[in-house]
Amino acid sequence: MSAAGELAGLSAAPGTTVRAVNDPFHGDLLEVSMGPHHPSTHGVFRMMVTLDGETVVKLKPVFGYLHRNHEKLGENTTYLGSMPYTDRLDYLNSMTNNWAYALAVEKLSGQPVPERAEYLRIILAELTRLLNHTCLAGFLLQDTGCSGTPLMYAFREREHILDLFEALSGSRMMCNYQRFGGCRVDPTPGWLAAAARLVDGYGRFLDEYEALITGNEILMARTQGVGVLQPDLAVNAGATGPMLRACGVDYDLRKVDGYGFYPRFEFRVPLGDHGDTYDRYMIRVLEMRESIRILQQALRDLPAGPIIDAKAKNRGLRPKAGEAYGRIEGPKGEIGFYLISDGGPNPYRYRVRPPSFINLTVLEDMCLGQTVADAVVILGSVDIVLGEVDR
Amino acid sequence: MSAHPANALPLLERLPVALRDACTSWLPESWRWLANSLLSIVAIFVVFATLFALLTLAERKILGRVQNRPGPNRAPLPFLGIRTYGLAQPLADGIKMLTKEDIVPRGADRVLHFLAPVALLAFSILTFAVIPYGRALLPVELDAAVLYFFAAGAATELAIFMAGWASRNKYSLLAAMRALAQLISYELPLLLSIVPVVLVAGSLSTSEIVEQQGTWLFGVFPQWHVFTPWGFAGFLIFFVAALAESNRSPFDLPEAESELIAGHLTEYSGFKYALFFMAEYFGMCALSGMGVTLFLGGWQAPIPALAFIPSYGWFAAKLLALLFVFMWIRATFPRLRIDQLTRLAWKFLVPLALVNLFTAAFWVLSSGWAGPLAFARWLVAGTLVLGPFLVLGRRLSAGLGPRTYRYA
Repeated sequence: MSAAGELAGLSAAPGTTVRAVNDPFHGDLLEVSMGPHHPSTHGVFRMMVTLDGETVVKLKPVFGYLHRNHEKLGENTTYLGSMPYTDRLDYLNSMTNNWAYALAVEKLSGQPVPERAEYLRIILAELTRLLNHTCLAGFLLQDTGCSGTPLMYAFREREHILDLFEALSGSRMMCNYQRFGGCRVDPTPGWLAAAARLVDGYGRFLDEYEALITGNEILMARTQGVGVLQPDLAVNAGATGPMLRACGVDYDLRKVDGYGFYPRFEFRVPLGDHGDTYDRYMIRVLEMRESIRILQQALRDLPAGPIIDAKAKNRGLRPKAGEAYGRIEGPKGEIGFYLISDGGPNPYRYRVRPPSFINLTVLEDMCLGQTVADAVVILGSVDIVLGEVDR
Repeated sequence: MSAHPANALPLLERLPVALRDACTSWLPESWRWLANSLLSIVAIFVVFATLFALLTLAERKILGRVQNRPGPNRAPLPFLGIRTYGLAQPLADGIKMLTKEDIVPRGADRVLHFLAPVALLAFSILTFAVIPYGRALLPVELDAAVLYFFAAGAATELAIFMAGWASRNKYSLLAAMRALAQLISYELPLLLSIVPVVLVAGSLSTSEIVEQQGTWLFGVFPQWHVFTPWGFAGFLIFFVAALAESNRSPFDLPEAESELIAGHLTEYSGFKYALFFMAEYFGMCALSGMGVTLFLGGWQAPIPALAFIPSYGWFAAKLLALLFVFMWIRATFPRLRIDQLTRLAWKFLVPLALVNLFTAAFWVLSSGWAGPLAFARWLVAGTLVLGPFLVLGRRLSAGLGPRTYRYA
């Protein structure tokens, strides 16, 4: 790294050398600010990319454009009042956000959850996983330049799941469904039948989708060997979810923690061997197939009973002083809420562990040496939602 | 459009020429050629501008159909308020484009920024001059028509470079560089793929090339170039290269919207943007038209029994079929990366096109073979086409393939 480069404000990423932006001997580098208004930054994300020709030599993620003071709001709101706010974190997956928050509060206040509610939580979490992974597959292929076809196929299915959410909770995306000690509304038999129909038909959609695009040679050329993430780096960076499992690290909170009733269900955890973009895509497709199995078991075995504990306290909840961390395997990775109570109606400290934010920290390591076209696809494969990254 | 010597053509066949002659017959003899040329130019403009308008709609409708959505269907007919499957959409688009503000970035080179869409459109229109649209419909009879076509067509990428450079936008600049790389890479296979046609036809004149494809084997099977081993390979190479030359998906790298926002079009708005759009469709039409002319028998009917349909009807049908394939491909494939794009050209298409040249030479040399030798001729030519394709294709996709996954 030359002195001129340092003057130009370029600090090299560890293990890489970036030459000066203005270099009369080797040609200038191109600094491009991709975002926050760019078609494929998935919201208002911004990448400061330094390009040598088309090759990325430096990538600086910039975020915070959607910062809404989420955690501070949580400290100034009652426990129950924060529940709708969690919808707005990762706005594709409000059901799992709700669950993780409910789990944290239940740990803090020691509230039991009835069996039917646990089953409903699993059903809704797995439906959310289907929804999230379907969207990701669509968006990722959109980033590789498919003119919308896979995206539209994915969104057709997503609509069906959103219809279910709307019928149950009254809202398509901001569901606000979980409560401390159970769930808010009981699904009707008609809803359960509709859910079973959707789940049974989902495998057909996945087959169709894979027939459309997975075997495509251009897609393989664009994604295989692109954006490789080493397992040790992934672990050190705290990456979780499909991104970690695509590197071959067997870490799924559904198996590790066994929260809810997941140990009762039979499902497998797919693992990748290369850690590249193709693996990250395929792991999600395979996870969707496992989710279908979980859903089929859950809908079959759903017990009767109350959906919320008779003694559950939601309004005016004042947990004893203490702290708790509730985490679940969200579609994007480990989504966790860390709460400290001082005995008051509001948490003393309210902290979110956002999976897509932490997964995003390895973006530069994956993009260095790849082309700018790859950087867009790699970003797509990280699966970020800016509501959660910026909070 | 040069008058055809055969006045015995059926009425429908000579209708366009007859109309033109009727319009100019009152002029003195020495002025008629000028009036005739002007009328041809006007006809080309009107026909292809209309086709452009309909193609934009067709593309959106076809994309919509592929993607499980209706496509544009809201724009009502002016003053009537009737919604007819979005048929008025091109009109609405046109009005929108014309009324939008024309923005030129502060740092842009104003002259080049203005000139780029004009030059692009001019060059792409020039290519229409030498395409035989029908038996009697060839705007300009040139001895070196094929050469002229590709010379004029190659200049369009220069205009894209102008646009990208003059915009003074980093995305546009990247797009300009990509456009140049693409031009240099794909001009070669495009030209090499048509050399066999010239070799076999022994002429650079488009009308002569079409005439030569006008025979039928056993009275039913058309002798188009695409139905020979070298012609089939040549057509596929030509088509892939044409996709790249007209910046269509999966080779739409200069305007890759997920990477470069709109590439060289990023800083264009209003009517200039519309001109780019128009030129892209014109380029697509011209290359499809040339593909039809060189490989698909031009305006010839597929079987003699159908020859009563006017020749320009057949040309239009083949042209639209090819354009449909363009759109179909756009709806299906992801985009290549720039290094993969150039690798595909240099390591796959160019060698294949060179081998195809030998195949065509062999085809010409063995044209006298009959009986069992005719079978051997097909066998040798087929091997010459398929062998390199398989070998090079395997090398191109080495290391890629479906994977199996393990479960924890």
